Amino acid sequence: MLIWEGAALLSNLPQLFPTPVSVIVALGQLLAAPGPPGMAWAGELMGNTLISLWRVIAGFALAAVTGVFLGIIIGWWRNARDLLEPVIEILRPIPPLAWIPLSMLWFGLGFKPAVFLIWLGAFFPILLNTVLGMENTPPKLIEVAKTLGAGPWQILIKVGVPSAAPSIMAGLRIGIGIGWMCLVAAELTGSNSGLGYMIMYYYSTMEASKTVAGMLMIGIAGYLMFIGLKKLEDKILFWKAA
Amino acid sequence: MSGRKLIIDGVSKTFMEKRGGASTVALRDFNLSIGDGEFVCLVGSSGCGKTTLLKLVAGLEHASSGAIYIDGKPVIAPGPDRGLVFQDFALFPWRDVTGNVVFGPEVLKVPLAERLRTAERCIELVGLSGSGHKYPSELSGGMKQRVAIARALANDPEVLLMDEPFGSLDAQTRYLMQKDLLGIWNVDRKTIVFVTHSVEEAVYLAERVVVMKSGPGAVKSIYPVNLSYPRRLTDNVFIALRERITADIAEEVA
Repeated sequence: MLIWEGAALLSNLPQLFPTPVSVIVALGQLLAAPGPPGMAWAGELMGNTLISLWRVIAGFALAAVTGVFLGIIIGWWRNARDLLEPVIEILRPIPPLAWIPLSMLWFGLGFKPAVFLIWLGAFFPILLNTVLGMENTPPKLIEVAKTLGAGPWQILIKVGVPSAAPSIMAGLRIGIGIGWMCLVAAELTGSNSGLGYMIMYYYSTMEASKTVAGMLMIGIAGYLMFIGLKKLEDKILFWKAA
Repeated sequence: MSGRKLIIDGVSKTFMEKRGGASTVALRDFNLSIGDGEFVCLVGSSGCGKTTLLKLVAGLEHASSGAIYIDGKPVIAPGPDRGLVFQDFALFPWRDVTGNVVFGPEVLKVPLAERLRTAERCIELVGLSGSGHKYPSELSGGMKQRVAIARALANDPEVLLMDEPFGSLDAQTRYLMQKDLLGIWNVDRKTIVFVTHSVEEAVYLAERVVVMKSGPGAVKSIYPVNLSYPRRLTDNVFIALRERITADIAEEVA
């Protein structure tokens, strides 16, 4: 911190190399400044943070539901896999960022294209980890369930899904990280609010300390979401601990 | 022995390789009939088809020819009338002891109160009272196998199929489990088909020891064990029989 402060002061280019103190000052200014349209009450920093969080949560929730659902189907039934795998394997290597132009054509600016990109980014890791988890259901557990009288649906719900739960949770954790990155990318280009937009805006006004303050907020918010998910995971997978 | 509970009638099993035409004959013309409430042990060298035979009786595999009957009805699929216990326990790690034991009655849609009563009774029978809330990761190998046995008993099966259930346990635990299994058998009088590598274990437990020959698997010889329970490992008759069966298996390997 001291080295940073010293080096930035020595450079004597405050608009390019903000010092820690100037970043803290910028955070204070951003907290006090009026928020984005419709969120004036929250202040600029918290308003944009809330907008970004809401986009991530919406996109991630959509990805979690669709990814887990489709992953269970593909991971459990060979036929579904043979049918859907080629489509998925072609779509998967396309980076979410490559979808930005199309997302703006389809959804314009703001909430919808951001949610779309987050969904796209988070969907594949969630899907693939769910598929992996379902496929790796121990055959012995399926056999035991059969001898105990379980039918095909009961085996899916009571053996396949819980057995895949650790893998599904890993997919959700990776998915939220990628979703968060996609959010910032979407807001840098296709938005007029949110943390991504905010750091881009202060880039154009040459206020690096406010850009860094925004970046710091992105880091903190992402970290908090990750912690939240980890807590949820420990709760669901309590049986793995001990 | 009252009536024939389990009849294995001329059963053969051939496994086809996935690619190419190569095939392995695991069992050829296997015949055995087991009485109601009888305790039978299957012994033989590795790869003689013991596990395959249990899976066929369980209905997890289908015979290439021949048929298996329980109470005169042919086996076509797995069912709660046959409980299976694996060597590596195969417990559901996300369910506690009660949750594991209750699985059978649960999928068979037994009413909740009755389900829990059954689970409690079976957990008590295997000597795990008070551990119902523990998870498999908190249990020792011996306790896990007790849970697996309780789970198999919870459906009140006609036949209990056990595939080297004590194979992975240390000698002390193994001896204790053998004694306790005989105790359970005494109470419940299930028909038990028990696969083991250990001749001593077979002679200690079974009313009849079936020696299998390998390549392909079939019945080689059958030894009735005319010793009363509880048996003593140092008894002269016990030792003589153990040696005879061991020699019988060794002859097969040579």
